[in-house]
Amino acid sequence: MKTRDLAYIALFAAVIAVLGTLPAVNIGPVPITAQTLGVMLAGSVLGARRGFLSVLLFLVLVAIGLPLLSSGTGGLAVFAGPTAGYLFSWPLAAFVTGWLTERFWARYNVAWGMVFNVVGGMVVVYLIGVPVLAAVANLSLGEAILSGALPFLPGDAAKAFIAAAIAAQVRRSYPVIERPQRAVATR
Amino acid sequence: MTLALYVPRRSLVHRIPAGGKLLALAALAVLLFAVPALPVTGAALLAVLAVGLGAARLPAATLARQARTVRWWLAGLFVFHALFSDLPTAALTVLRLLALVLAAAVVTATTRVTEMVAVIERLCAPLRVVGVRPARIGLVVSMALRFIPVLAERAERIREAQAARGGSARGLRGVRTTVTPLLVQLLQMAHTISEALDARGADDVPPARGRRSPAAA
Repeated sequence: MKTRDLAYIALFAAVIAVLGTLPAVNIGPVPITAQTLGVMLAGSVLGARRGFLSVLLFLVLVAIGLPLLSSGTGGLAVFAGPTAGYLFSWPLAAFVTGWLTERFWARYNVAWGMVFNVVGGMVVVYLIGVPVLAAVANLSLGEAILSGALPFLPGDAAKAFIAAAIAAQVRRSYPVIERPQRAVATR
Repeated sequence: MTLALYVPRRSLVHRIPAGGKLLALAALAVLLFAVPALPVTGAALLAVLAVGLGAARLPAATLARQARTVRWWLAGLFVFHALFSDLPTAALTVLRLLALVLAAAVVTATTRVTEMVAVIERLCAPLRVVGVRPARIGLVVSMALRFIPVLAERAERIREAQAARGGSARGLRGVRTTVTPLLVQLLQMAHTISEALDARGADDVPPARGRRSPAAA
């Protein structure tokens, strides 16, 4: 892994962190915690491997005691809480999003990007987050879905769209996944 | 922008090596889930409070802040189990979660970020076999720690500039006119930094055993 890849990984870990502290993108009345937007972005801008590592790095920063989650919390406490499953799902979510993005890179556009973000950033996240929620909180699976997935659907769909719009633009102006050298030369 | 939950104190708990504290935390989690009994859970909670407030002399507010973030969960869980299971189960579930959250908060508040990074580097040492260099992990962690305030500052500056022009960075137009250009700028910045690091020898493979190359030192 080149130093450039490390810098990109560190950058997106920081992006996810800052998205937690600055709710800069507010669409509609529902305050969207923008951190899963960062997870989708990491996958769709950096690709599977670097996206996975950058989200993992973000979680490491949270674990070592930085208050980077959107609620201003951090430390190991959050990994013992009922929402731990969502956090653990994030690196995988970025990986799946990134893998799909790389696989269909030549045809990437906002619509496809949104599909990839939904599969990675929502399906994967709920598949892991909801059962863990049920286990830790002693809830049945149905109850966990009711309280841990349904309320987030509209917000997450909006984030999937925004992340796809950004990723499609970045792909046009500064593609990181494919031939980054040429993009730098023409900068 | 302050970036740590660490509370400096001169105490025995602070002096215990970070690795030891993490092991103790993991052991506590295993114990609490293996023995679902109210007395054990209650004793563990009291012990955590004794270590945190007594031995480590942490301010109660530090622990209260972490507990507050899970309070609605705990309240909801208690009501749910009180209605559909029974009171002991409700108390057990809530107390167990509270004990774990507070224990983790104590470890976090008594351990410096640099010590945690050192533990990560040590934990990653076995990965050397598959070609991962622990020093690179230290590098990427340090880079991220430096990027966070830089990013926060840049985003803030753009918002101020737009506010001064009477605009706003909200909605889809904000994404197109602000977020994407900022992200591209940041990617370029990351690339420039990586070139600067390589020019100073960051990409050099250090000698296989023990000794550090002058560039890595």
